[in-house]
Amino acid sequence: MEETDWRFKIAHREARIGVGLALFNFVWWFGFAYGMGSRPVEEYSYVFGLPDWFFYSCVVGFLVIAVLVIVIVKFFFVEVPFEEEEDSQ
Amino acid sequence: MNYAVLVPMIVFLLIIFFIGYWASRKLSASSNFISDYFLGGRELGGFVLAMTMVATYGSASSFLGGPGTAYTMGFGWVLLAMSQVVTGYFVLMILGKKYAIMARRYKAVTMIDFLKSRYDSTAVVLLSALSIIIFLFSAMAAQWIGGARLVESLTGLSYNSALFLFAASVLVYVTIGGFRAVALTDAVQGAVMLIGTLVLLIAVIIAGGGIPNIVNDLINENPNLVTPYGASGDLSAAYVSSFWILVGVGVVGLPQIAVRAMSYKNSRSMHRALIIGTIVTGFIMLNMHLIGVFARPVLPGIEIGDKVIPLIALETLPPWVAGIVLAAPMAAIMSTVDSLLLLVSSSIVKDVYLNYIKPDATIKTIKRVSFGVTGILGIIVFLLALDPPDLLIFLNLFAFGGLEAAFIWPIVLGLYWKWGNKYGAIASMATGILSYIGLHFYNLENGNLFGVHTVTLPVLLSLVAFIAFSLLIGRKAYNYNVR
Repeated sequence: MEETDWRFKIAHREARIGVGLALFNFVWWFGFAYGMGSRPVEEYSYVFGLPDWFFYSCVVGFLVIAVLVIVIVKFFFVEVPFEEEEDSQ
Repeated sequence: MNYAVLVPMIVFLLIIFFIGYWASRKLSASSNFISDYFLGGRELGGFVLAMTMVATYGSASSFLGGPGTAYTMGFGWVLLAMSQVVTGYFVLMILGKKYAIMARRYKAVTMIDFLKSRYDSTAVVLLSALSIIIFLFSAMAAQWIGGARLVESLTGLSYNSALFLFAASVLVYVTIGGFRAVALTDAVQGAVMLIGTLVLLIAVIIAGGGIPNIVNDLINENPNLVTPYGASGDLSAAYVSSFWILVGVGVVGLPQIAVRAMSYKNSRSMHRALIIGTIVTGFIMLNMHLIGVFARPVLPGIEIGDKVIPLIALETLPPWVAGIVLAAPMAAIMSTVDSLLLLVSSSIVKDVYLNYIKPDATIKTIKRVSFGVTGILGIIVFLLALDPPDLLIFLNLFAFGGLEAAFIWPIVLGLYWKWGNKYGAIASMATGILSYIGLHFYNLENGNLFGVHTVTLPVLLSLVAFIAFSLLIGRKAYNYNVR
């Protein structure tokens, strides 16, 4: 069995991180939207004028994901060359 | 004729022209024409890569249709639209470095090149080229019609002159400048979209007397507007969640997006694009759809969804600012159309002509054919859009979800699952497209099966088909490390 290209191990790990992040994103989005949004409208509270479920699900959710993407890219993603080592010009 | 709106738009078009011309100068100095014309020589930096992905993806539906629906449905539709934030990072993370490395190893210039080398099958190439040419051609024509209607409604030009203005501007820079012109103009168009939506959102909030005031008006009109369940309470959690497949993770399978994931220069560009793309996508989607909801109390009684954004811009902004802001939806349409035009052209020239008709064509012939096919395609679309045939409108219905169901597994599993083979790929594409079309009619008659969007089941079925056929027929592990 031939050795797996070292760059592929990194690529596979980063793809798994991508799947994990998307799952987390979905759970956050779904949880706040339908967890808080299912209450009767009279019980909603408002943050910056927006209904609370929307604020946490979509506004905070977006900010959290943006920060996570920055952290993941800066600290967990590795720079690899894309050209083949032997036959690159 | 509305000159205050027309002038900023013409200035915008002139800038776009200039960029296309500049890119064509760079193209004529190029040594590798095909890779340069259809992929910009694989040298996109992070910012341009992020913007061209966002702009290609953000089309008429995110700038006109989506906000129009949010106007009718309320916050529930903004929630749905926010499922698109995932596209900002998912495509690049999933296809990621492995796709970039394999594409270079295969010397792939189009998504089909990648499939061709991975599966080593003529049937896969022809089937995918055919579905891209048919479906994306229709999608492109539909966008041109949208673009022309927008120009028509804003400027007071007739539909035919508006279409001509729109078509001529797109056609010239795509034909002469190729992918680099498309990506660079996308970056400018993306920036216009970003700034335009922010200005308009602020203007609408001020016109409505602040967010609390607007939300109060919405509750007084119909409390359902501020729930996640839509104006009449029938927007179910399952239906909204299924859009995570259609406009979220499924976007990986769209050829016009996938080709961009092989166009960047190095890891650093990809990393920057991940960050910029996520922030820009989320920002534009949130702003645009909030504008739609907030417009409701400010300007009640708009019947046609697509007109919400143009009308609210003209209502809340001075005319010349409205002209600049409304360049945003036009930019969105142009940046989608230009990518589709080039992609359909590359399928014909690179995937069919060079592979099977004339593999030994000289550089000069390739150049002539590339310019020729791109130009002629554009002219055909223009003529069809003058009086759109029903078939075109019909095919466009399947362009987005159908292509996702067809390509998502052959690309993703082709990249990560060594047992995937050509039988799996062919079965997966056929199952995806046919089940999508079949289910579309079933859902029209009987309401959505399982209460989810049409795309959901075909994506699952094509996965099953891919795995089953790969394991049952000609099972053989693919070696990714072979040079």
